Amino acid sequence: MMQTSAPLARPAPAIDCAGVSRRFDRAVALQSIDVELPAGAFSVLLGPSGCGKSTLLRLIAGLDAPTTGQIRIGGRDMAGLPPVARDLSMVFQSYALFPHLTVAQNILFGLSVRRVARAEQAARLDRVARMMGLETLLARKPAELSGGQQQRVALARAVISERPICLMDEPLSNLDARLRAEMRVELRAIQQRLGLTVVYVTHDQVEAMTMADRIVVMNAGRIEQTGTPREIYATPASAFVARFIGTPPMSLIALADLAGAGVDLPPGLSPDTLVGLRPEDLAPAARGLPVQRLAEEYLGADRLVTLRAGASTLLLRLAAGAPNLPDRFHLTWPPGALHLFDAATGRRLDAVSPARPGAGTLVPTP
Amino acid sequence: MPKREWIHAWLLLLPAFVFLIAFTHLPAVQTLIDSFWSTPKGRRPAVFVGGDNYARMLADPILAKALWNSAVYAALTIPASVVLALAMALLVQARFAGVALMRMAFFTPTVLPLIAVANIWLFFYAPGFGLIDQIRGLFGLPSVNLAGQPETALYAVAAVTVWKEAGFFMVFYLAALQAVPPALREAAAIEGCGRWTFFRRVTLPLIMPTTLFVTVNATINAFRLVDHVFVMTRGGPDNATMLLLYYVFENGFRYWDTAYAAALTILLVAILTVVGLGQFFAADRRVHYR
Repeated sequence: MMQTSAPLARPAPAIDCAGVSRRFDRAVALQSIDVELPAGAFSVLLGPSGCGKSTLLRLIAGLDAPTTGQIRIGGRDMAGLPPVARDLSMVFQSYALFPHLTVAQNILFGLSVRRVARAEQAARLDRVARMMGLETLLARKPAELSGGQQQRVALARAVISERPICLMDEPLSNLDARLRAEMRVELRAIQQRLGLTVVYVTHDQVEAMTMADRIVVMNAGRIEQTGTPREIYATPASAFVARFIGTPPMSLIALADLAGAGVDLPPGLSPDTLVGLRPEDLAPAARGLPVQRLAEEYLGADRLVTLRAGASTLLLRLAAGAPNLPDRFHLTWPPGALHLFDAATGRRLDAVSPARPGAGTLVPTP
Repeated sequence: MPKREWIHAWLLLLPAFVFLIAFTHLPAVQTLIDSFWSTPKGRRPAVFVGGDNYARMLADPILAKALWNSAVYAALTIPASVVLALAMALLVQARFAGVALMRMAFFTPTVLPLIAVANIWLFFYAPGFGLIDQIRGLFGLPSVNLAGQPETALYAVAAVTVWKEAGFFMVFYLAALQAVPPALREAAAIEGCGRWTFFRRVTLPLIMPTTLFVTVNATINAFRLVDHVFVMTRGGPDNATMLLLYYVFENGFRYWDTAYAAALTILLVAILTVVGLGQFFAADRRVHYR
């Protein structure tokens, strides 16, 4: 499907936000965001609805202006510049295709508005249509296309502009699961091939984990954590990130409920401190955290067991073929699998979490 | 039991049928029949005259005048009211302080009965002390009787129609404009599309169905809305504001020449049918329906 596509002539710039906030009449959408989205990287703004991720994208696009702060693209301050002067393209959640224009007219809309020569328009359309597999659909109207095809047209409209930055606002959320999985691979491939700087907004952590070079996790108008998918999964910076990343996400239980596990905890921790354990890190054992089995879900490849430990519940992921579990048993986990979060702020307690010499692995001991 | 279902279906349709047939279809057919008969008078009943009533039209100078006036009236009021309606809708589609008041002001003429509107405009047009003459007086211009002189009477009547209709059509345009997704405007802004280009290339095509609907209505109204002619000019002066429908009324209910009025009515229906069909077939190819 994608054969003919040279990388961009211009190098893709980085996007830099410094102290960016956006206040509306009755709400604060963003409070003082500082983030750098590297050049040529696939950055994902990830968070629940209402966290401000779309607002940040619109500020970068120039469709909205920040209340305070500065947005720089390629080192140049963008304050007051209209979207067209920012040298970027955008894919909308609703696709924003012009319903009265054909696929070809939709893709060429920007070029014809900017009065690009006819011959060049035709050449670029030919190239992009072949790249996106739209050659046979060029004469159709958007209403005659499936959701996936409309998505491709929206993408083609962004790609044909040959602008080095592409902003995407939940572009896959209206597609069915199978198509979404295909498009994830394809989007990533296009970004790599063209060397684009992509800023991608989503609430779907699977999309973020599979496509991103860099994930920016946002919550309530703030940035919770910035890092590679691996960093965010392995060392969540806050209880929020821990609960948000992973399918199923990390279980968080009260420190008090860890009693009897035989874990040698660092001294001076509040009993309300949150303990995070990933379902896939846990394993039944002869000794360790005593748990009671509550329910079990069969997922095909594996099983998800809901357990009770003290007053908390947690999840355990088992291979589908693993032996059946008794009603009461013990859990253990490898070194480094236990995460500690401050009960009040939700921040990761990094001073104590990493392995200390001696008993610091936070693993049940006999 | 298909038979019982059929009886139920007919019973449910019956009330609508009775009223439609009694007040629409029968009179229409009766009018068509009447147009081939002479007008019954006193002791002389109607006799079949064939196409005499229609032949009479060809030699009727007032009818020719009325047809010409109707054409001018339509050519003035249809584009003027549609363009004005779109302009007003564009003005009040945004949110700003006082927009509700402005929308109401634009819509008010629609709520008023045309007879009342005509009376208001008579005061505007009144020579000497009317609003228009007072404004003309400020600039030292002489008094004019806009509704009372043959050169301007038709335009004076047409202006009232435009004033009356534009607010009504504005509501349809307003609804159509609000239905254009804001994301389209943003997508266009990213491409560097200016306001005028966006209006011409996106907004205008997207509201074409409304334009067609509004134009058909304006066309029908151009032949149908004559209430203000009764109040303002009664077809005068010197038949300057004689419109086709008003001429039908004059023949039918002033001169009681019902047979000729019936024939004129058939002419009116024929014109409306041709114009309406033509509009749909001509416009349908260029209209994008969502």
